[in-house]
Amino acid sequence: MTNILRKDFPLLGNVSIAYLDNAATAQRPQCVIDAEAEFYRKHNANPLRGLYPLSVEATGVYEDAREAVRAFIGAKSTEEIIFTRNTTESLNLVAYSYGLSRVKAGDEVLVSIMEHHSDLLPWQMVCKQTGAQLKFMECEPDGRLDLKKVEQLLTDKTKIVAIAQVSNVLGREYPVREIAEMAHKKGAVIVVDGAQSTPHMAVDVQALDADFFAFSGHKVYGPMGIGVLYGKKALLETMPPFLTGGEMIESVTREGATYAELPHKFEAGTVNAAGAAGLHAALECVQRIGFDKIHERELALTTRAMEAMRRMEHIHILGSDDPAEHTGIVTFTVDGVHPHDISEILASDGVAIRAGHHCAQPLLKHLGFSSTARASFAFYNTEEEADRLIDSLKTLRERMGYGK
Amino acid sequence: MENRSFYNEILTEHNIHPEFKHDLADADIVLEGVNPSCGDDIFLKLKLDGDVIADGAFVGDGCAISQASADIMLGMILGKKKEEALKMGETFLKMIQGEATEEEIDSLEEASALRDIAHMPARVKCAVLGWRTLKEALCPEEKAQS
Repeated sequence: MTNILRKDFPLLGNVSIAYLDNAATAQRPQCVIDAEAEFYRKHNANPLRGLYPLSVEATGVYEDAREAVRAFIGAKSTEEIIFTRNTTESLNLVAYSYGLSRVKAGDEVLVSIMEHHSDLLPWQMVCKQTGAQLKFMECEPDGRLDLKKVEQLLTDKTKIVAIAQVSNVLGREYPVREIAEMAHKKGAVIVVDGAQSTPHMAVDVQALDADFFAFSGHKVYGPMGIGVLYGKKALLETMPPFLTGGEMIESVTREGATYAELPHKFEAGTVNAAGAAGLHAALECVQRIGFDKIHERELALTTRAMEAMRRMEHIHILGSDDPAEHTGIVTFTVDGVHPHDISEILASDGVAIRAGHHCAQPLLKHLGFSSTARASFAFYNTEEEADRLIDSLKTLRERMGYGK
Repeated sequence: MENRSFYNEILTEHNIHPEFKHDLADADIVLEGVNPSCGDDIFLKLKLDGDVIADGAFVGDGCAISQASADIMLGMILGKKKEEALKMGETFLKMIQGEATEEEIDSLEEASALRDIAHMPARVKCAVLGWRTLKEALCPEEKAQS
């Protein structure tokens, strides 16, 4: 039961470190690496352009991937699936296209304090450019969101609500469906950052009633450089293009252009078809393993680490006490040891974790931290790797000059 | 376990029990030094007597390397002339870049405890934060070029 498919991830066999930075980027299985290479070896031509068989084939590979994504997140139609580079680009697309065209001076945009900078800065930009007000949903000390407070923050002026389904610092899942319902009652749309949820749980954008949902390929075992934006068709249809140029037009004259149909209207320029093929393979891989199994493994590893860490008096874990509310993410501090030094010492013991503000400075400030360390598990990690983290933490303070 | 030797006693001692990490109310020069990517943040405070650094201290927070390096630096530069302090800074930078001779490294006394940073590119900016801030504090006109 340990090492499910671990052997299928070449990097894990090629390096000796315990890779516990999966929330930053996952490792890729051989089938993903093969799918990307296979595209260039056998199907490469510019998709959506040429009329010759090879280009038709390339288009087929690309559009098959779109269908796989549609099925993976439960969208109604492939017209609602836009390929981007990553979550950041997906969120910027919504901000520049929907945000700038719909938000007016005096309106409000409501974001959570837990957001990754990539789901905060685009909204700061929209508010600065339009004269709208940016408001924050603040979490409780344990990271929980009080929905009564959220409801009070929503007004008739609220046009956009932006929230991560899972926090990249706390690992906590937020009640997106309930917040969507409240937002819709006020006539606002909800933009969901799914970067940290998509690798760990089955997502159904229709059940969540998300208006927009963004995620990255590289966190869900796919290639870097391919991401997804889901948007409800009715919204996407009325939105102006984000980028303009090739491949997103129907016809162009000296004076203007008519744009292509969805989803191509939002995919200007030559697309990352090989990346899409790799993502397709990654999603199939995840489905083959199944989220039940993924969840079971990640919870077992998170529980093992958290229980041991809780017995160390100088370690403090951010967020919930319940490992089931961490989605594989354990963010922590060690008294008297700066997170960069924690990371440095763990690295010398062959453990790779993240240290810093995790692109969520407002959240850390809200919780009273400036910098933290974060270990994040994937299903392919092992108990031995969790123990290596724990063993290293046990001697950490001593090695930093504190008595036993 | 190379870090057992890297985070040596000199470094951890200056980090945990810094001698110069305190306020300096009558400082002539106060300058903030920041490493934005990792959050190291210090305020270097200096009191000059003509060309001599008569007193100095720092406050702030950051990793052990940045804090210990700043503390060690202050211990070395107090009572020294400005140009002597700047010369030490240059030698320190050479050491961090792996270009200093053994003799030069010896001349850095306690700061030589940080010589292994030369093999740790990700931590170079932590080690030089204090020295970089010192240079900017003493030669503000050169800041734009550096």
